[in-house]
Amino acid sequence: MTRYGTEIRAGVVATLVMGLVCGGLYPLVVWAIAQRLFPAQANGSLMVDGDGTVRGSRWMGQAFAEARYFHPRPSAAGTGYDAASSGGRNLGPTSRKLRDAIAEGVAAYRRENGLADDAVVPADAVTASGSGLDPHISPQNATLQAARVARARGIPEADLQARIAHATEMPQLGILGEPRVNVLQLNRSLDAHGYFASDGPRRD
Amino acid sequence: MNASGWMQLALYVGALAAITKPMGLYLLRVLEVDGRTWLDPVLRPAERVTYRLMGVDPAREHDWKQYAIAMLYFSAISCLFTYAILRLQPHLPLNPQHLGPLSPHLAFNTAVSFMSNTNWQSYGGETTMSYFSQMVALVIHHFTSAAAGIGIAAALVRGIARQGVRTVGNFWVDLVRVTYYLLLPLCLVYALFLVSQGMIQNFAPYTAATTLEGRSQTIVQGPMASQVAIKLLGTNGGGYANANAAHPFENPTPLSNFIQMLSMFAIGSGLTYYLGRLTRNQKHGWSVWAAMLLMFLAGTLACWAAEAHGNPIHRQLGLAADGGNMEGKEVRFGIFNSALFATVTTDASCGAVNAMHDSFTALGGLIPLFNIQLGEVIVGGVGAGLYGMLVFVVLAVFIAGLMVGRTPEYLGKKIEAGEIKLCMLALLIVTIDILVFAAWAAVSPWGQAGLNNAGPHGLSEILYAFSSAAGNNGSAFAGLSANTPWYNTTLGLAMLIGRFLMIIPILALAGSLARKKMAPASAGTFPVHGGTFVVLLIGTILLVGALNFIPVLTLGPIVEHMLTLQGEVF
Repeated sequence: MTRYGTEIRAGVVATLVMGLVCGGLYPLVVWAIAQRLFPAQANGSLMVDGDGTVRGSRWMGQAFAEARYFHPRPSAAGTGYDAASSGGRNLGPTSRKLRDAIAEGVAAYRRENGLADDAVVPADAVTASGSGLDPHISPQNATLQAARVARARGIPEADLQARIAHATEMPQLGILGEPRVNVLQLNRSLDAHGYFASDGPRRD
Repeated sequence: MNASGWMQLALYVGALAAITKPMGLYLLRVLEVDGRTWLDPVLRPAERVTYRLMGVDPAREHDWKQYAIAMLYFSAISCLFTYAILRLQPHLPLNPQHLGPLSPHLAFNTAVSFMSNTNWQSYGGETTMSYFSQMVALVIHHFTSAAAGIGIAAALVRGIARQGVRTVGNFWVDLVRVTYYLLLPLCLVYALFLVSQGMIQNFAPYTAATTLEGRSQTIVQGPMASQVAIKLLGTNGGGYANANAAHPFENPTPLSNFIQMLSMFAIGSGLTYYLGRLTRNQKHGWSVWAAMLLMFLAGTLACWAAEAHGNPIHRQLGLAADGGNMEGKEVRFGIFNSALFATVTTDASCGAVNAMHDSFTALGGLIPLFNIQLGEVIVGGVGAGLYGMLVFVVLAVFIAGLMVGRTPEYLGKKIEAGEIKLCMLALLIVTIDILVFAAWAAVSPWGQAGLNNAGPHGLSEILYAFSSAAGNNGSAFAGLSANTPWYNTTLGLAMLIGRFLMIIPILALAGSLARKKMAPASAGTFPVHGGTFVVLLIGTILLVGALNFIPVLTLGPIVEHMLTLQGEVF
């Protein structure tokens, strides 16, 4: 073979070998070990009801709109919290569309939660996340929604505030990240603990 | 800018400093053809079989031209391989969502993008790519484009360290050894850690869920962790999902985020130690590292300050003043970790994003853009960062030589007209690549058709796209609708020019330096370590970057900042 022939052979073989090793063997080994060591995480941290219905994933926000649920952040994923089509609004700082959307969001947030017309709104409540699937809201955001949720469920607000405090995840290892509340987990715990029953809340 | 942010920054810098030497020492063994590692019992036989199949003699080194030719052949062949898979997607296995083939221009753009370590994503991840395409067609480049980059950096360092020889290493040996001994073992452990934090790794079809309010939600699944580990370690950046590391599966916790940021810098940082070791001037290695660190800190603080300050237009509407600019950011990361990630990913030529840069404030978005335009030499992409930085080192030494009126020397080797020409070629090609394509897009109907934002932000979107492509970064002001025949083609060309027309002068520089003899240092030799050198190096980088890009940045982000202060919207 010529010198270039040698290099082409090496290139073709390297592509096939690397395809096999890096694209086949490696992901399969990771898959096999991960399924054994961390099966829940590796399969999407799914939340499943007793009857086997999948109600969502711990990491995937849902488009809650009813008053009895805590609401997530605005979402640009598909038509809102489409967990198969992630993405942000991608509007820039001088975008009229973004300014109008935030202005509308602020007005709606104040209206829904019975806040004063000049009440300050938490930044995360009216801005869309990067993924459109953000499972979290800030503790301040949750706190401001508690009165509305309490009214809709006919339970004392203080109970909900305590539950928010309980559900707040603090920075990991005491230092990394921000305090946050997982909206789906919080809402599911409200349903699970009978907080929607008309005869008042049940304690856990 | 709160205390928790400062503590996290200190932790990050501390961790980075701590891993630099061990990584450098390991690289030293990996990049030596008979270097010993504790993985030898398992990997040595696999390595030998691979060489035999390839018909490569590991003991035979390449001169710079042979090294370049081998690299080009491999890049072209593996690129065709990926193009074919993407076009044939519906006929290949592991496609539970029955996704169709990619259009020819999108497949071209994607194949070039991954082969050149850019990982620009014109496609929509979970809505476009089958599991097979993700794990075979894309992941092969995650590994090999990173390995090739490290190999080229090693070739240049060998050229600097050797004297009176023609050869700079064997491309095939570098490719195989870096992949087998460095990337694969690290990624195996890393991917499992990511799964432990909540990342998915399965082959199940997307899950149908019924939300608490009774709506249906489709949850993405697939082999994500194996891809994400190498995406960061190899500074590729090509994510699994459209939202990249902002996607909660793709970056579930602040700890996964911290390790992701650290892994983007790990190899690039270690390579500076490798440089010091090989040139027997460890102070030089650490000085280069220090210059990188200082510029990284400056970028991080500027970006963090801008994002924490937020957008006055939005604050006026009633947003909490202490919240900062949360548009496009995730609550679990907050302002600080989004700003730090954005700085790291653009310093490092990675291009993974955990927040949408398009929605950053004008000045906050300027930092990632300018980082890319500086040539991504602040730690930089694996390999690419170091060889880019060494071009600036040679230039800085040359400028110092001119200032004192002596023949410039770099580590005992005379820097002459030939070397400076090659350095300037490498620098100018990327600049021209960015500016010419961006200017063309800005004045053409196809360029303007892709815009998601009007006013100066539209220019920033175009400029970011071509900077990212030419700089082989891959992050985006993602509002730009780049999946059109025009953008896919021009961005693809910009990536090819930015990668290969830069690499060839650099390999030529390696060859030219390897041939030279070293002269012993004298009293008049400009030392390539210490404060003066660091300042001169940073000055050279900023000077070149500023002269090339300040005019256009003024028309984009800087004008936009002024308009934000006046409350102007478009």
